[in-house]
Amino acid sequence: MALEVTQILLSAQSVDGSVRKHAEESLKQFQEQNLSGFLLSLSGELANDEKPVDSRKLAGLVLKNALDAKEQHRRYELIQRWLSLDVGVKTQIKTCLLQTLLSSVHEARSTASQVIAKVAGIELPQKQWPELIGSLLSNIHQVPVHVKQATLETLGYLCEEVSPDVVEQDHVNKILTAVVQGMNASEASSDVRLAATRALYNALGFAQANFTNDMERDYIMRVVCEATLAKEVKIRQAAFECLVSISSSYYEKLGPYMQDIFNITAKAVKEDEEPVALQAIEFWSSICDEEIDILEEYGGDFTTAVSDIPCFYFIKQALPALVPMLLETLLKQEEDQDLDEGAWNLAMAGGTCLGLVARTVGNDIVPLVMPFIEENITKPDWRQREGATYAFGSILEGPSPNQLVPLVNVALNFMLTALAKDPNNHVKDTTAWTLGRIFEFLHGSTMETPIITPANCQQIITVLLQSMKDAPNVAEKACGALYFLAQGFEDVGPSSPLTPFFQEIVQSLLTVTHREDAGESRLRTAAYETLNEVVRCSTDETVPMVLQLVPIIMMELHKTLEEQKLSSDEREKQNELQGLLCGCLQVIIQKLAASDATKYAFMQYADQIMNLFLRVFACRSATVHEEAMLAIGALAYATGPDFAKYMPDFYKYLEMGLQNFEEYQVCAVTVGVVGDICRALEEKVLPWCDGIMTQLLKDLSSNQLHRSVKPPIFSCFGDISLAIGENFEKYLMYAMPMLQSAAELSSHTSGADDEMIEYTNLLRNGILEAYSGIFQGFKSSPKTQLLIPYAPHILQFLDLIYMEKDMDEVVMKTAIGVLGDLADTLGSNAGSLIQQSLSSKDFLNECLSSDDHLIKESAEWAKLAISRAISV
Amino acid sequence: MAPHDIRRPFKRAAISDQQKRRELSLQRQAQNRTEAQLQARRLASSILSFPNHNSDPQPLESLEPLVEEIVEEPETDAAGDITEIDIRQAARLKGSEARRWFASQLMLPEWMIDVPDRLVEDWYVFARPSGKRCFVVSSNGTTVSRLRNGSQLHRFPSALPNGAKTKESRSAQSYCILDCIFHELDQTYYVIDMVCWAGISFYECTAEFRFFWMNSKLVESGACEAPSNYHRYRFSLIPVYGCDHEGLQTAYTGEVPYVKDGLLFYNKHAHYQTGNTPLVLVWKDETCSQYVIDTDNKGQVPNQQQVVLELQDNGQLVTSDDPPVVLGCLNATFTQETGLHSGNLVRFAVNDGGLTFVDGKLEKADLHYVGKVHRARAFADSYSKIIFQYMVRNSPLRIEHLFASMGTVSEQGSNEVEMVG
Repeated sequence: MALEVTQILLSAQSVDGSVRKHAEESLKQFQEQNLSGFLLSLSGELANDEKPVDSRKLAGLVLKNALDAKEQHRRYELIQRWLSLDVGVKTQIKTCLLQTLLSSVHEARSTASQVIAKVAGIELPQKQWPELIGSLLSNIHQVPVHVKQATLETLGYLCEEVSPDVVEQDHVNKILTAVVQGMNASEASSDVRLAATRALYNALGFAQANFTNDMERDYIMRVVCEATLAKEVKIRQAAFECLVSISSSYYEKLGPYMQDIFNITAKAVKEDEEPVALQAIEFWSSICDEEIDILEEYGGDFTTAVSDIPCFYFIKQALPALVPMLLETLLKQEEDQDLDEGAWNLAMAGGTCLGLVARTVGNDIVPLVMPFIEENITKPDWRQREGATYAFGSILEGPSPNQLVPLVNVALNFMLTALAKDPNNHVKDTTAWTLGRIFEFLHGSTMETPIITPANCQQIITVLLQSMKDAPNVAEKACGALYFLAQGFEDVGPSSPLTPFFQEIVQSLLTVTHREDAGESRLRTAAYETLNEVVRCSTDETVPMVLQLVPIIMMELHKTLEEQKLSSDEREKQNELQGLLCGCLQVIIQKLAASDATKYAFMQYADQIMNLFLRVFACRSATVHEEAMLAIGALAYATGPDFAKYMPDFYKYLEMGLQNFEEYQVCAVTVGVVGDICRALEEKVLPWCDGIMTQLLKDLSSNQLHRSVKPPIFSCFGDISLAIGENFEKYLMYAMPMLQSAAELSSHTSGADDEMIEYTNLLRNGILEAYSGIFQGFKSSPKTQLLIPYAPHILQFLDLIYMEKDMDEVVMKTAIGVLGDLADTLGSNAGSLIQQSLSSKDFLNECLSSDDHLIKESAEWAKLAISRAISV
Repeated sequence: MAPHDIRRPFKRAAISDQQKRRELSLQRQAQNRTEAQLQARRLASSILSFPNHNSDPQPLESLEPLVEEIVEEPETDAAGDITEIDIRQAARLKGSEARRWFASQLMLPEWMIDVPDRLVEDWYVFARPSGKRCFVVSSNGTTVSRLRNGSQLHRFPSALPNGAKTKESRSAQSYCILDCIFHELDQTYYVIDMVCWAGISFYECTAEFRFFWMNSKLVESGACEAPSNYHRYRFSLIPVYGCDHEGLQTAYTGEVPYVKDGLLFYNKHAHYQTGNTPLVLVWKDETCSQYVIDTDNKGQVPNQQQVVLELQDNGQLVTSDDPPVVLGCLNATFTQETGLHSGNLVRFAVNDGGLTFVDGKLEKADLHYVGKVHRARAFADSYSKIIFQYMVRNSPLRIEHLFASMGTVSEQGSNEVEMVG
């Protein structure tokens, strides 16, 4: 048998496709027929030094894949299968794995260390394999260097796989000791030192206790800093990665080390090889991230989740030295970096960091950057002009408009000239980007002094439209600038400064979408997105032109459907274009449906548009599906009850969308469209409800579906009930228990982190919207009695979430509304229950005195309904 | 363990337009959902607070008497924002605004200008009592009737649920709202529809269901019994017939204890819908009504048909329908000379040119200016009313037409009905 496995594993790597395929089949068969035997022979193969490297390596990989999968559902299955294996078999496999770490063959060791980590990831949380860490640590003292290296690597993988709370502190201490010792400058083998440094990166998450101990922290920091000066590039890079990780995990402990770290990073940025220098800059970007988060919380609401970490203003303190260091990097551009999507170099990292620094410190950065800009912006060397422009663009977010507007007023004209006339593509690209940033942050109805005036508006638009004919990367940035220019006029009122140029802008954007090279630099996407924004910002004066756009975009969509026999590459492009066109139609429909006059004019196209969307669905691609679905939601809202006529053809796609577990965004969007359809069709949706409810209930029961889709599904129950009223009766016995168990889950949040609390509130809101819709739906019915048995639980749920004291305003509004709906629908039947509930007293009073208009309004409704229900 | 990727977004907007599209969609959906819920709640809270204001210190009686009360059907308004007002505010409204609001709470029939399809299968018919159309609301131990203009007609104890302060304690939930016609001669409230009974709303129920419920509940409550201390006015049910040959004949010629004012036709599947609806129709001729042709203020039938239209900004003259139907236009000089403003209700006489129809649609009207309308009036005439009145004077839709239409339907078994118009 063993020999056979070797041969199969080698055949599975054969260049001959049919041999390979046959071998893969055999492996699969073996696995299905006898899992224990299969895993045993794989581990035996991996451990056997007599076997060829290739078969050992593949044996390890197949073994690893039998323990883990990307897809959550599948992973859970694999874990259960491993746990149910015979203990003896598992022990034998684990022995083989540990034994492989001693092998002299590097690939075998390396593969084994990954497999060990996977097994540990399954077994340690179950309190199994308690001797693992001890036996690994005993390896550290083995003489052969390669064993030490493999063991450190294993510890690194293990820390990546396993959550810190399943490893006891004593073991953590021993792991960290071994790892940090391996990193020490006194370690003779650079392989060992590199493995140790990389292991530390993963082990940092285990070091909470150790970082609170001054002596241990000092030791770790010293070793890491020393490693940034190691002879080998890879060790230096790995050491900086550790620093980056420390900067976010242990920000509050960094104070004593900042001076040293600044020196180390400055040296690396100036002199070291790019991969190292990039990590050094990343350290400062990461500190900016931390301080921006902390300062945002300062500025925000103190009553909710105040961070216990104070801001130490490291960036502000380092500013005088940090800014010049970053400005220097701006001049190290690569020739064609704007044309290479994957590019990431010193100038890009430095500029990005400069932008983060500006957001962190605000006004203070301006005087430090302006001299650099003034000195370089007119220089003959394009690098200097581009660097200066990039610096200017980078500091536009952060400092106050008071500081920036006078500078922008001076610079604007220069920028427009540069965009039109500078000979260098790179300079024009950055100039257009900078104009976009100017419009994004300094233009809009909230600004005190407008930077766009009747005097310069025409020139700005002329230059931008002209640049849309430039090279694709420049044209794309010009589209982006136009996007923000339009956005700034969004709430300008009935008459927009863009009105005189509206037709020309739309025409130019359409022309861009037809450029031969519009596929480069994301140009076509940018042009359609800008068109969308221009449509969103159209006013009464320009909306007739939006109406004219409808047949044009429809024609474009029609053209994509006529193309036949496409290669897979062409098909992908077609799908992308359909996505853009459906997105554009969605924006147009939503705009035109917002006012009655334009809605009626638009309705003449409804049949044809729906027909196009159905044909797009027939092409079946995830992103198109989603965009067309979003557009159909907008169409349902616009057409109202008439949408019923599309349902027979549309329903199957609606069902497909609801079944799309993998692309959960598609599923979520479809759930939203069900809501739109319910509101549009009202009781006419009834014939489709059995199918829809079945899908929604299946979705809720699935553990494959992304959790973010579940709250909207609950809300959707409410939409359906509100639409079909007492006909919801037959779904009560399914929907109510689901709501009830979700409610129980979401009523206790103790110990949850911010993200979990946010999700819990979304879930609560969905559940409560369902209850509201169901109560309101039954209100007109003599069948309200059916809801009485559910009332105690619902009231209890309201009391519980009130007592948890962590609901947000949205949940508060919905919750108090549910109380009103319950009282209104059940009336005296629930009178005494309501009177006993905390919600009808403290919670109601709290909501009645809320500053939030919406909460107050719902509370007043609840008060009225309750007073009716309980007064006898 | 390879080095970790540290690339950050470069020269990119923080949010993608696709994400923005998703978010705007979600916003719109959330907004629509909130509106749907608010609408449901507003309906309920107006019902709930209705009785709370029957002791309103500023009764709207000053508007009475309404000369056109009996002769003219109330017409709905198309002014959306006024219908949005909560009844608590409505109690403070005066004059035409109050009338608009209360009128908008009642379901108002259109005039029958042609015979609907499936009359036999889908429709009820009954003889409409002549009298004052009103809402009767019982709650908190008292009963209040309000005319369609919001003014209080009577305040009295009744045997309706919670309609009188009796010893038996009633649940506060037990309020009820009835759609009635008060018949002066026998001082009886004839119940033509039920909006709410014992706290259960019937807005979203079909006419079939409402009538069934109304018949069983009203008798049970004792409200149909003779007046007593705790029950000042008698309530009475009206016999409702399926609209077959026999039913129509009975409603048309049968004896009733009240003075008839035409026939009402209810579509069996129609919900109680506030405002004008084509699913309830009124029809009359001289046999079943004293008021077939509109009378003027003095009760005389004018020589020429008169219509009331609303003047728009652009000089157009429109009906009260939603959307409004344009019947003519005034030029600016004329408007100026007569001192008319946009929004004024203007009375016209229909000249010899009459109304001209093209493809069954009214195309133009030969109108002659009479004058402004009394200020208490809130609405222009509806399209169906104008056509009905015109037909009455020229080629009326006769009872024979109604019978004939059901004949053809039942014999041929098809949905085709010969149009009479």
